[in-house]
Amino acid sequence: MIFGSINPAVLMAALMVAATPILLAAIGELVVEKSGVLNLGVEGMMIMGACMGFIIAVNPGSPLIGFAGAAAGGMVLAALFALLTQALMTNQVASGLALTLFGLGLTALLGQQYVGITPPRTPRLDLGPLSEIPFLGRAFFRHDIVVYLTVALVGAVWWFLKFTRAGMIMRAVGENHEAAHALGYHVKRVRLFAILFGGACAGLGGAYLSLIRVAGWTEGMTVGAGWIALALVVFASWRPWRAMAGAYLFGGVVVLQLNLQAAGVRIPVEYLSMSPYLITILVLVLISSGRARASLNAPGSLNKPFHASS
Amino acid sequence: MIRLEKRKEPSRIWRIANPFLAVALTMIAGGLMFAALGKDPLVAIRLIFFDPLFSETFASYSRPQLLIKAAPLILIGVGLAIGFKANIWNIGAEGQYIIGALFGAGVALAFFPAPGWYIFPLMILAGAFGGFLWAMIPAILKTRFNTNEILVSLLLVYVAERILAAMALGLMRNPDQPGFPGSRDLRRYEAAHNAELIANTGMHWGGVAAMIAVIFAYVMMTRHMLGFHVKLAGQAPRAARFGGVSPARLVVICLGISGALAGLAGMFEVSGPGGQVRIEFATGYGFTAIIVAFLGRLNPLGVVLAGLLLGLTYIGGELAQMILQIPGAAIQVFQGMLLFFLLALDFQTNYRIRLTRGAAA
Amino acid sequence: MTRTTLLKVEGLSKSYPGVRANDDVSFRIAEGQIHALLGENGAGKSTLVKMIYGLVRPDAGRMELRGQSFAPGQPSEARKSGVAMVFQHFSLFDALDVAENVALGMENPPPPRDLARRIRTVSEEYGLPLDPSRLVGELSAGERQRVEIVRCLLQDPKLLIMDEPTSVLTPQEVDILFRTLRKLAAEGTAILYISHKLEEIRALCDEATILRDGKKIATCDPRERTAREMAELMVGELLTPPERPARPRGDVVLAVEKLSLKSANPFGTSLKEISFQLHAGEVLGIAGVAGNGQDELLLMLSGELRAPRNQVRLRGQPVGHLGPTGRRGLGVVAAPEERLGHAAAPDMSLTENALLSAARRKGLEQGGFIDWARTEAFARQIIARFDVRTPGPHVLARALSGGNLQKFVIGREIELDPDVIVVNQPTWGVDASAAATIRQALLDLAGKGAGVLVISQDLDELLEVADSFAALNEGRLTRVRSARGLTVEEIGLMMGGSGDMQVAHEAAE
Repeated sequence: MIFGSINPAVLMAALMVAATPILLAAIGELVVEKSGVLNLGVEGMMIMGACMGFIIAVNPGSPLIGFAGAAAGGMVLAALFALLTQALMTNQVASGLALTLFGLGLTALLGQQYVGITPPRTPRLDLGPLSEIPFLGRAFFRHDIVVYLTVALVGAVWWFLKFTRAGMIMRAVGENHEAAHALGYHVKRVRLFAILFGGACAGLGGAYLSLIRVAGWTEGMTVGAGWIALALVVFASWRPWRAMAGAYLFGGVVVLQLNLQAAGVRIPVEYLSMSPYLITILVLVLISSGRARASLNAPGSLNKPFHASS
Repeated sequence: MIRLEKRKEPSRIWRIANPFLAVALTMIAGGLMFAALGKDPLVAIRLIFFDPLFSETFASYSRPQLLIKAAPLILIGVGLAIGFKANIWNIGAEGQYIIGALFGAGVALAFFPAPGWYIFPLMILAGAFGGFLWAMIPAILKTRFNTNEILVSLLLVYVAERILAAMALGLMRNPDQPGFPGSRDLRRYEAAHNAELIANTGMHWGGVAAMIAVIFAYVMMTRHMLGFHVKLAGQAPRAARFGGVSPARLVVICLGISGALAGLAGMFEVSGPGGQVRIEFATGYGFTAIIVAFLGRLNPLGVVLAGLLLGLTYIGGELAQMILQIPGAAIQVFQGMLLFFLLALDFQTNYRIRLTRGAAA
Repeated sequence: MTRTTLLKVEGLSKSYPGVRANDDVSFRIAEGQIHALLGENGAGKSTLVKMIYGLVRPDAGRMELRGQSFAPGQPSEARKSGVAMVFQHFSLFDALDVAENVALGMENPPPPRDLARRIRTVSEEYGLPLDPSRLVGELSAGERQRVEIVRCLLQDPKLLIMDEPTSVLTPQEVDILFRTLRKLAAEGTAILYISHKLEEIRALCDEATILRDGKKIATCDPRERTAREMAELMVGELLTPPERPARPRGDVVLAVEKLSLKSANPFGTSLKEISFQLHAGEVLGIAGVAGNGQDELLLMLSGELRAPRNQVRLRGQPVGHLGPTGRRGLGVVAAPEERLGHAAAPDMSLTENALLSAARRKGLEQGGFIDWARTEAFARQIIARFDVRTPGPHVLARALSGGNLQKFVIGREIELDPDVIVVNQPTWGVDASAAATIRQALLDLAGKGAGVLVISQDLDELLEVADSFAALNEGRLTRVRSARGLTVEEIGLMMGGSGDMQVAHEAAE
């Protein structure tokens, strides 16, 4: 009866919106990891994007400029990470954690005066008659443009990695950086681009939270979305379309949980709201213990420092 | 052209000098930040780093605060440092801290209002056990299913926070004041109160536990095979296996130790300075302790100094907030910068910068 | 025979901190010539070819390619000028397929479908069949080398550099490779062939340049010199082959029975029904091309991979279930192939590395507490007895040269006074004098009654030390034979797989 009160089309629509921020962050991190770098600072870059996107969108009042600013904000932190790990050869795990701690602090400071403000509305993409189709229209064709661009981005990343020479070089660098170097590829340059792309994506994901999904700024508002995005990359075995499937699955859990809360199920809110994290852990367990072992797909040089000795 | 060249041996001088250099650079960068916020940078830096200890007006209040803030940081940081050495990344200490507090408080509330000398020791055991248990989730998932412990331990922080909220609003809520969220105040329950041991020092049982933990950790890391195996596994996992180290056992030990210590820290906090189970009980010690561990060079003695320093920034930050209206978040930025500078400086330990003449042939 | 000069190298020098890798090296390669670059490990061969390939820039000196100044800033420039290189290690990508691996080594690869076709054509033309769609990680060492060679051939190189190409091949595969190289040379491609194997060079090359300590010692015609003469030029002094005291064969110390074990590595080789016996005083040599289960065999014997309890027995006592510490306690020790990272921790001191495997058996710890003074004394003892050249036991393992670290590692295990020692590639990448010391130490240990198991890809080494002989092929071990009277051809057949003559002959056609 509780489930009966939930309209599947609305659920589907809400699910896509819920999935979009983590999908954006995950697709960026997927590229970063494909190049052989583990950036644990996704949460930091996301919150940076959420904050910068919000501030910039509120001031001139344009959400699109806000998104651009968010991408830039994420990239600034990513550049810092690249400087540390690629130029100064620091430990990637520690640097990623530093990025997250720093990002959370910095945005708490920067965003202080923006708590409680409503951002400008991001317009819905007008898809004309498509949005009028029964069920499908409500579920798939009444979203803002970012939802569609995100799907397009997943496709683009898939195409880039599979069919382009640059994508092949990136996979090669991630798989075996010594060999790539021996063949004359610029390992660090490739990784720098990947890290910056990852930063931009995480920033966009954050902005989607602050500008659209939550439509407001609060300190630490990403509440672990960046970490869930990291888990999603593992779940996806480093494959773009699987990342999307995972994100939508996850979005479904979140939305369902919120609906149950709203429907007044007799489970305390606190327990319902921990379900996304528990489900993420559960999925991690299932995927990591699989017989084929996801590790076969893991880039061979992931999280290994590279320093050209010759 | 600038080139990085790997040193044959890491430089000892830089290893020791870098934390100090990082603090100095953070003060400079922090000063610039305060200037950007429109505050006098020199005054702000003095307020954060010197006044809590030496100012006549504030020191009498601030000085005892130092140990109160530093004790949990050291206690957690020492455990994390051991794990990090072994490349086992428990970054969910905050969650273990919360669960330890809940277990400790749970014991106290179960006995309330009975007197008894045994209650407090039982709480200590329960606190350590709670943190241990929470850390065993990522440990066992890692050893049984090869799940990434970084992600699991971190995600469990969010779960723990929600359990904390549920407890504060539900099971542990003070039945005498049902209108307010939060448990009974343990400071008013003598058998469970983690009181100041020496007046006006801030020294409570958590500080004692921290000292004991540091000594144990130091002996273990320098004189015991377990410490040797921890280092070995962190530096050369295959060599460790060759040496007979079982990776799974090490994961359980390292996560277990750091979890138990974080749980202890939470228990001492909830029964002392924190006082009660509240939604806002967890203030980020578990995350700051990550910085403490790195700043202390993953060395137990270094962790003591680093814990004191970061404890100081907490108090100084509060002071700066009170007097200069510097936002509280500034101190978080400060701590983040410190870690950045430290990591960035560390390349000097392992690499030498060389200026070479234009190599273009 | 006078042919036009293809590459002229003049006065090339390159220094690294503390090492003069190349010092004023000059030589020429003619078109269609097979030119050997001969030298010991550390003589500067790799640095020299890296400069020709554009991976390293020389400090001084110049090169000319067909009369034009040649100074490649990066490998792609070298490739554009017609220089291609087959690496000894590090240039393939396991998780990518053959076609992708080939494409990555080309400047302007054709579209995928054409590329796959060309890979098939070229690889068959040169007798190196390859399937473009297979994952490289699943290929054998020999097939992996084919990928590298085909990658080069597709670019029509004028100069092909080959770095120690035969170290991963069976003797029969070596024959095929030589035929390919001769065909290429006949078509006008010059080949720079790097090796330290003298007989090979005498069989293949027209001219040889010999390097020692970064300097050119001589250029000669290898067919006019004896192997002994060239060895003298290469090493600078003549080494006496190790002495083999006659010794009676004792009882069986180690017995493995029908043991099958899955590799922990997804691209590794699983062991299949391994059976052998090792006697006291015996040196058992196990040959095989890289990647046929050597690593797994060592891990299984050292205890890093657990085996069923009864299938590994030490003096009749089951030890299969024991880990490394348990086995060491009973007298089975091992020295794995990878010195840095497996046998020793690179960033730890020699003292700490001495503790690594000796803690229990040497009583360096009590109740878990380490006696650092005794550990240091033990490290000093290894350093003194095995002539490890180092300032002292405080030095980090990674600061030692390959030969010195290997002496330390093998010395550490020998000092444990074992009943059985298992070593994998004991002299790989080690200079000749260290290699001689290590082989002698192993023979001496056998002389004292220990069972010695030497896994090696270097047949000369095995023939020098082994009393009996077996070969690994795709995780299977052949029957153990006496080493006496065994020829290289016979060994080759054993390595090629269960002595199946017919198949091997066909492959060699």
